[in-house]
Amino acid sequence: MKILVCISHVPDTTAKIAFVDNNKSYNKEGQQFIIGPNEELALTRAIDIKEAKGGNITALTVGSAEVEPTLRKALAMGADDAIRVNMDPKDAFNVSKQIAEVAKANQYDVILTGREAIDYNGGQVGEMIAEWLIYPSVSGVNDMDLEPGKAILKREIDGGYEKIECDFPLIITGQKGIAAEPKIPAMRGIMMARKKPLIVVEPVQSDNATEVLEHSLPASKASCKMVSADDMNELVRLLHEEAKVI
Amino acid sequence: MSVLVYTENWDGQFKKLSFELISYASEVAKSYNTNVVALSIGNVDEAELSKLSQYGADKVLNLSNAAYTEFNAEYYAKAISEAAKSEHAQVTIFANNITTRAIAPRVTIKLDAGMVSGCVAAPESIEPFVVSKKAFSGKAFARVKINKDNKVLSLNQNAFGIKENVKAANIVSFECALETSKAKVVEVSKNSGKMSVLDAEILVSGGRGLKKPENFKLLEEASDILGSVATVACTKPVADLEWRPHSEHVGQTGKVVAPNLYIAVGISGAIQHLAGITSSKVIVAINTDKDAPIFEASDYGVVGDALEVMPKLNEALKAFKANS
Repeated sequence: MKILVCISHVPDTTAKIAFVDNNKSYNKEGQQFIIGPNEELALTRAIDIKEAKGGNITALTVGSAEVEPTLRKALAMGADDAIRVNMDPKDAFNVSKQIAEVAKANQYDVILTGREAIDYNGGQVGEMIAEWLIYPSVSGVNDMDLEPGKAILKREIDGGYEKIECDFPLIITGQKGIAAEPKIPAMRGIMMARKKPLIVVEPVQSDNATEVLEHSLPASKASCKMVSADDMNELVRLLHEEAKVI
Repeated sequence: MSVLVYTENWDGQFKKLSFELISYASEVAKSYNTNVVALSIGNVDEAELSKLSQYGADKVLNLSNAAYTEFNAEYYAKAISEAAKSEHAQVTIFANNITTRAIAPRVTIKLDAGMVSGCVAAPESIEPFVVSKKAFSGKAFARVKINKDNKVLSLNQNAFGIKENVKAANIVSFECALETSKAKVVEVSKNSGKMSVLDAEILVSGGRGLKKPENFKLLEEASDILGSVATVACTKPVADLEWRPHSEHVGQTGKVVAPNLYIAVGISGAIQHLAGITSSKVIVAINTDKDAPIFEASDYGVVGDALEVMPKLNEALKAFKANS
């Protein structure tokens, strides 16, 4: 089983967001970067399956050299090797094209991505890779098993779930539930990760379909109106007469 | 030229979201001085389809081939991109939800388009094409320019609102040659009748401050009093402790919601949770700690123990409902 896990290099979920360069760029100064939480869970599940049934896991990120510690963490968790596509990721169209090119060259059975990266929340890359490769895809998966030649998946739908079976090759976008907790690299894994191969490939020619012009922060709320815990009739009155939401 | 909207249905019915999408598309179409074409896939009757014209659809394409009743990303993406081509759609619009996330990116590649997901407003200009979206899971906004001729947008629920705009829409049957897919749905389980946290207008949401799963009955009671537009939600720790199902988890890695009213009970307001609720119109916080960050994100606050405050709130809501 050859598995490719595409991971994003994103600011920690607890990060406070600020912008520089006339609000054009995100301020990376002093920020902790992590494997995106959706991909971290997908990678965890892939490693568990590999350890039980065999196979090879490649972790991939599109990014400049600064993303290498994130790829090393994926190797420490248990990926066998890593690929970095040497390009600043600005747009899903371009990023997905780069990953599709790597996938064409290496012929993976399963390509995993997360539901979305937590920086721009596009949720586009996985399905775009599927379209470039003309592969089937299952998105928003929160339960995954892989058997020789076949994936057995569950995904949440409105008010329930559906179970899907799909032959290899395919694209799966994973989210919360695909693994219970992300795997924490053990010391041995961290030592081994240093020796595992991390290959840098140059991007193919493609254009950015979109570009971010500017960022802004949401307007902060006007002050919170406090209501006494003993006067819930007053809260209900405010919600009805002032806020007009009930 | 046209603006195409994919209007998803739920067991043959549209939701407010569908009408919001048509309203949004009407606004986009106005900038191009063109028409709005809605595409419906699956079994939807004529009366339901004609509702789309109340909000600005000039034409409704109806793809009701039985093979399309079951959702499949490949089939749906093919049909939508075929419709976009035949209608010469400059812009194709989707909701930003679990279903369309599987298809809109595929349509984007098929149309050689640029896509912006999670739009929160109509495009500020069409030449160049610039639109605002949510970024960093609700912690920020980004203005994004699309460099391609064809555009694909997905709209965040409740970001634009519903605007009536009555048209006399033509309902036209639409056909698309079938693809074959290797992804097969083998089982579907639906807990029908239960409203999803994404659709509810009022969310009564609980955190660890509720102390144990049984105490969520206080929230269920509030939700019942508030009626069918309300449902219960929770924080990540609560879902992780399995006090509540993961489908109710609201936050950065769970569901990002936008209800009219979000009542946060025993929730301190971790940044990951706040990211999921900032689009709520009104937020009420009930928490013992007056310095909890949740109060900074809230419009109304009550300092007190959830287990003591909730029964009083439920009484007050009951009295209010009885008099209204």
